Amino acid sequence: MINPEMHLIENLKEAKGIPSRDGYGHGLVALGEQNENVVALCCDLTDSTRVGWFKEKFPERFIETGVAEQNMMSIAAGLSAMGKIPFVSSYAVFSPGRNWDQLRVSVCYSEENVKIQGAHAGISVGPDGATHQALEDIAITRCIPNLIVVVPTDAIEGEKATIEAGLIKGPVYLRFGREKVPTMTTAKTPFKIGRAEIYREGKDACIVACGTMVYEALIAAEELEKEEIEVMVINNHTIKPIDKNTLINAAKKTNAVVTAEEHQIMGGMGSAVAEVLSQNYPVPMKFVGIKDRFGESGQPEELMQKFGCTHKEIIQAVKEVLEMKK
Amino acid sequence: MQKITEIKELKLMANTIRKDIVKMLEEAKSGHSAGSIGMADIFTALYFNIMKHNPENIKWKERDILILSHGHVCPVRYAAMARAGYFPVEELKTLRKLGTRLQGHPHNLDLPGIENTAGPLGQGISVAAGMAYATKMDKKENKVFCLMGDGEINEGQPWEAFMFAAKHKLDNLIVLIDRNYIQIDGNTEDIMPLNPLDKKFEAFNFEVIELNGNNMEELISGFEKAKEVKGKPVVIIANTVPGKDVSFMEGKSGWHGRVPNSEEKEKALKELNEIEKKIKEGE
Repeated sequence: MINPEMHLIENLKEAKGIPSRDGYGHGLVALGEQNENVVALCCDLTDSTRVGWFKEKFPERFIETGVAEQNMMSIAAGLSAMGKIPFVSSYAVFSPGRNWDQLRVSVCYSEENVKIQGAHAGISVGPDGATHQALEDIAITRCIPNLIVVVPTDAIEGEKATIEAGLIKGPVYLRFGREKVPTMTTAKTPFKIGRAEIYREGKDACIVACGTMVYEALIAAEELEKEEIEVMVINNHTIKPIDKNTLINAAKKTNAVVTAEEHQIMGGMGSAVAEVLSQNYPVPMKFVGIKDRFGESGQPEELMQKFGCTHKEIIQAVKEVLEMKK
Repeated sequence: MQKITEIKELKLMANTIRKDIVKMLEEAKSGHSAGSIGMADIFTALYFNIMKHNPENIKWKERDILILSHGHVCPVRYAAMARAGYFPVEELKTLRKLGTRLQGHPHNLDLPGIENTAGPLGQGISVAAGMAYATKMDKKENKVFCLMGDGEINEGQPWEAFMFAAKHKLDNLIVLIDRNYIQIDGNTEDIMPLNPLDKKFEAFNFEVIELNGNNMEELISGFEKAKEVKGKPVVIIANTVPGKDVSFMEGKSGWHGRVPNSEEKEKALKELNEIEKKIKEGE
C-alpha cells in the first residue's frame, strides 16, 4: 500500500519522464537567487550538467575551469575558504572519479563548504559506454569522512536535495543520471537529507532503493501484490549519514531486505545498508545492482535490462530472500 | 605585526628559524630537513617583512594569505609562525607527535593561521588560485602568496592552475617556486627535467622574476616588485640551496626526507651559531 503521507503521484505508470539533473539545474538557480555567495564551477560540460541555467542567470558567479577536474575541485576549496558556496559540476566518472584526492584533502579533510554534482552516473548513461558510466562513485565517496552522499530519485527530489545541500555547511556529493526517469514525487513529498522515507508499507520483505531504482522497486511491489506478497519500499536517498533507525525498524518488521541501486553492488548503497543491519539486526539480504563488471554501449533501457537493474530482478531477489527467511 | 626592516635582523631571524627546524626535526625523528632549512630566508621575508598579517587577529579580513602547496616543508612554516607569535616556540617540540597541532603535513583546522591543508602535491596552487579569484570577485586588496616545491610541478594539476590564473589575470597571486633542484629520488633534472622553467612560465603568460632565494636583499626587493605587477600573475623562481647553512646537508637530495640524529643536530647548531656570530659582526 503506497504511504499516503508521501504524496506520490496517483498512477505510477503515468509518471512523466524528466532527467534528475534538471532538478539540479533548477535547484542551483533557486539557491543563486537566495544567496549571492553561491558560485558554480564547471569543466566544459555546462549544458549537459544543467549548470548552464545558473550561468545564464548569474554569469558573474559562474567559473569555467576548462577540462581540468582536479583544478576545479581545489579552486572550489579556495573559494569556500573565502566564504563562497561553490558547486562543482561534471560527470561522475570525472568528478569525483578523477579528482578524488582533491575531494579528499582540499575539500573534506579541510571541511570546506563545497558541493559536488556527479552527473551522468549509472549504467543508463547509454551509448557513451563504460568509460562514461560511473558505477563506483557511491563507494568512493561514502568512505570519505565529513562527506554527505545523496542520490535523488527524480528531478523534483533532485531540486530539493540541491537546495538543502546549499543550506548545509560542509561538503555534499549529489548523484544524478542522464536519462529521463519517471517523476513520481511531488512538491509535497517529504524530503530531508539523512532521513529515509517509507514510500510503501508492507510486512513480508523490504526493498531499500535509491535513485531511479526506487521507481522500479514500487513497480516490483505492485507486481508482487498480485501474488499476495506485501513489500515495504524505502527511498534511501541519503547514503551517508545513513538513516539507521528507519532501516533497523524495517528489518524488524519484515525480516527480509533487498537493496537496489544503479551502481556496483560492491561498496555501494546496499553495502551501507548491510553494514547497519548486520551489526544491529541481521536479516537475510539480497542485493540488486551491477555485479563487479564494467558497462558497455547500448540504449539505456537495453542496458538496464542486460545489467539487471529493473523491477524484474527486484522481484526475483524478493522471492529469493523470502526463501532464505523461511 | 611589527615589520622587521633591517636586513641584518631578518638574517638573524632566518638563522634562529633554521636552528628551530634542526631541533624540532631531531625531536620528531622524521620529516623533511633540506627543503625546510633551505626556505628559512623566504619564510622570514614573508612573515617578518612582506606580508600583512596579525598573529593577534589571525582571521583579520585584510590579511595577506600564505598558501604552502608542498606541505612537507611545514617545519619551516611552523617555526616562522611560532617566532612571529602565533603560538609558543615551546610547542615546536610537539611536531608529528600524537595529539599535536603541528601535523606532519599541515592541516588548516588544527592550527590557527594555517590557511590550507597540504600533503598531496599540486593542490595548494589551485586553492590559492581559488582564493585569489574570490578576492577579486569581492574587489578586495589581499595578496595570495603560494609557495611551491620544484619537484611538485611534476604534477599536472599546477599547470591547470597556472592556465587558470593567467586566464583570469590574477595579479593578486604571487607564486614562488623553491628551485632547489632536489626531490626524493635525486636531482630534478634527472627525474623529470623542468628547465627551461622561466620560459615555461613566460609561455603560460606569467610575469617571471628569478632571484637567489637565500639572499634576503634579493627576496625583499623581488617580493616588492612582484606586488606591483598588474594584469597577470607573477612567479618568483627562487634559486635556493637545500639545507642552506648546514654544511653536511647543503645541496644533498639524501637530506630531502631524513632528519638529523642528536650528534648531527649538535653539529648543525654549532655551525648555525658560528653563522649567527658572523651576521652580528656584520660579515
